[in-house]
Amino acid sequence: MKPFTSCTSPVAVIDRDNVDTDMIVRIERMTTLKRGQFGPWAFEMLRYRADGSENGDFVLNREPFRHARILLARANFGCGSSREMAVWALDDFGIRCVIAESFGDIFYNNCLQNGVLPIRLPADRIAELAVPANTGQAMTVDLEQCTITVPGLLTLSFEFAEHPRQALLQGLDDIDQSLLLRDDIEAFRQRDRARRPWVYATATR
Amino acid sequence: MSAETMFDKIWDAHVAAQVSEDIALLHVDRHLVHELTTVEAIRVLERRDLPVRDPGLTFATLDHVISTQPGRSPDGEPWASDMIDGLREQTDRLGIDRFDTHDGRQGIVHVIGPEQGLSLPGTTIVCGDSHTCTHGAFGALAWGIGSSEQVHVLATQTIRQRRPPTLRITLNGTPGPNACAKDVILHVIGKLGVSAASGYAVEFAGDCVRSFDMESRMTLCNLAIELGARVGMVAPDETTYAYLRGRPYAPKGEDFDLAVSQWSLLPSAPNAQFDRELAVDVSGIGPVVTWGTSPEHAISCDGVVPDPAGEPDLSIRQGMVAAQAYMRLTPGQALAGTPIDRVFIGSCANGRLSDLRAAAAVIQGRRVADHVRAWVVPGSMPVKRQAEQEGLDRIFIAAGFDWREPGCSMCVGANGDMVAPGERCVSTSNRNFVGRQGPGALTHLASPATAAASAIAGHIRHAAAVQEVA
Repeated sequence: MKPFTSCTSPVAVIDRDNVDTDMIVRIERMTTLKRGQFGPWAFEMLRYRADGSENGDFVLNREPFRHARILLARANFGCGSSREMAVWALDDFGIRCVIAESFGDIFYNNCLQNGVLPIRLPADRIAELAVPANTGQAMTVDLEQCTITVPGLLTLSFEFAEHPRQALLQGLDDIDQSLLLRDDIEAFRQRDRARRPWVYATATR
Repeated sequence: MSAETMFDKIWDAHVAAQVSEDIALLHVDRHLVHELTTVEAIRVLERRDLPVRDPGLTFATLDHVISTQPGRSPDGEPWASDMIDGLREQTDRLGIDRFDTHDGRQGIVHVIGPEQGLSLPGTTIVCGDSHTCTHGAFGALAWGIGSSEQVHVLATQTIRQRRPPTLRITLNGTPGPNACAKDVILHVIGKLGVSAASGYAVEFAGDCVRSFDMESRMTLCNLAIELGARVGMVAPDETTYAYLRGRPYAPKGEDFDLAVSQWSLLPSAPNAQFDRELAVDVSGIGPVVTWGTSPEHAISCDGVVPDPAGEPDLSIRQGMVAAQAYMRLTPGQALAGTPIDRVFIGSCANGRLSDLRAAAAVIQGRRVADHVRAWVVPGSMPVKRQAEQEGLDRIFIAAGFDWREPGCSMCVGANGDMVAPGERCVSTSNRNFVGRQGPGALTHLASPATAAASAIAGHIRHAAAVQEVA
């Protein structure tokens, strides 16, 4: 996994609640594209008109937000479908960090699996950041310090659980770490099989 | 210990290792997989040279991209055959049980898990699909995961999870005679909102839940994700055990007795402490339909489209305005009577036998309106066979419905089954998001009875209204 330490970029404001993962990437793209190819299709229903032309009103079609690596959103961002391709689409577009009031649970976990930093902030702080963000001012998100800085304007801190923070900072892969716990897993299964044989007896049925 | 919730008991029984203070490595008892996300996950696993840790606890089916066309063949769809052929080849090679068209067991993953007796009380169940919460109807911890997490489960038969806080949602009162589980859960989402349960492990409680049969409980839990919940659960009871007894993969003989003795200890203690409690009054509710682009945009089928001007919260108000523009509806407009183009009866929310029976009871002897294209997509091949034995297929076909092959179909359109731009569809599925059923598609979520009644009327209408006319 690619590590996340800090990121400086203009910040694109997605000014609506409940942005679902269908909106971030359509299901048809999942059946035809591979990881690395989703960038042009991120937010396609917002970015393009029915005739395929760009919708100039949408933030990611405007300068400097075409190059934004940070999104600022509102409540329940990434709700709905479990599709990890929603995170791949953001990642392929170049987004490294999403700041929102709250996240869909599965989307949040998927971010952590892909080196994308999901930051939760209260609504008033998001409103505060939206003002300089909308002017195109760059911000810096620093995961070492857990701070967001708008140069010359403000620095605010955010909370992030220590375990996933270290994993993001170092780019640690969950699978490699869990495979190191193989003995614990095997011991659990041995105990559990004695206690709940019916869980494991699937092959004989 | 005595004050534990059901969630606590199941969580604690699955901790193989504690990774950090709030993150555990949980054993996965059932990993359900389907063709849309799994083929790539297995390829990633194999590129890393890792074996599948426990093929015996992994179960596959084809649902998302498989064709539902009568007399279907996957060969016509190049993107589908890579996923379908890929999953068949992988599961054969790895010794993973697959529920397929050839053996008559294929179906939507959240229909076949219960149907085959794989979804059991006290188990952990994961699947690369957000509606995995459906299996919580059995008193299981069941939730949707991403592709990377799938690779983790394949490699270790465990998953890393942050322990979620618990939330009990008590449904008070008795719904009206024309309301089913779908109406109840849409009403609950309408009252509480789509992020009310964000990140919580939810247990549904109350007499109404207790009186639900298993398929109703599945519909209830299916939409728990539309409240933002990580899991949605119902405590197991005699209804649960009676449903499971004799199912192909359910425990047999002494194993079943042992299992029931353990399952009966699962329900939350009477004095169990939940991190949060919510209650919703469902007394006397009737059919519920959504008007907008979020499941929380739910109102009585007899209601009118709400006026955003009356909504004090700015962001909710903006969402309502945008939704009404997309749905081509105006405030104050009666929802009933709105002309429709399509009807979809199926999905993991409402594709089971009881759903088809409820729809057929409304349709019997009537005709689908001329301008409406109406589909029934059974949730699985066993559901389809049983329905055909009962003659339900003949009722649907005589009325002018398409009687199709099982799959996710028009709930999500991954197989090309879509609602055309600008078409309005009454759907028994679970998401009315912008473009969910196809770009520009206008979706109204409803129960099977309401969908059936609307197909006949040619506009949004609940079943009692259709029956009065006749």
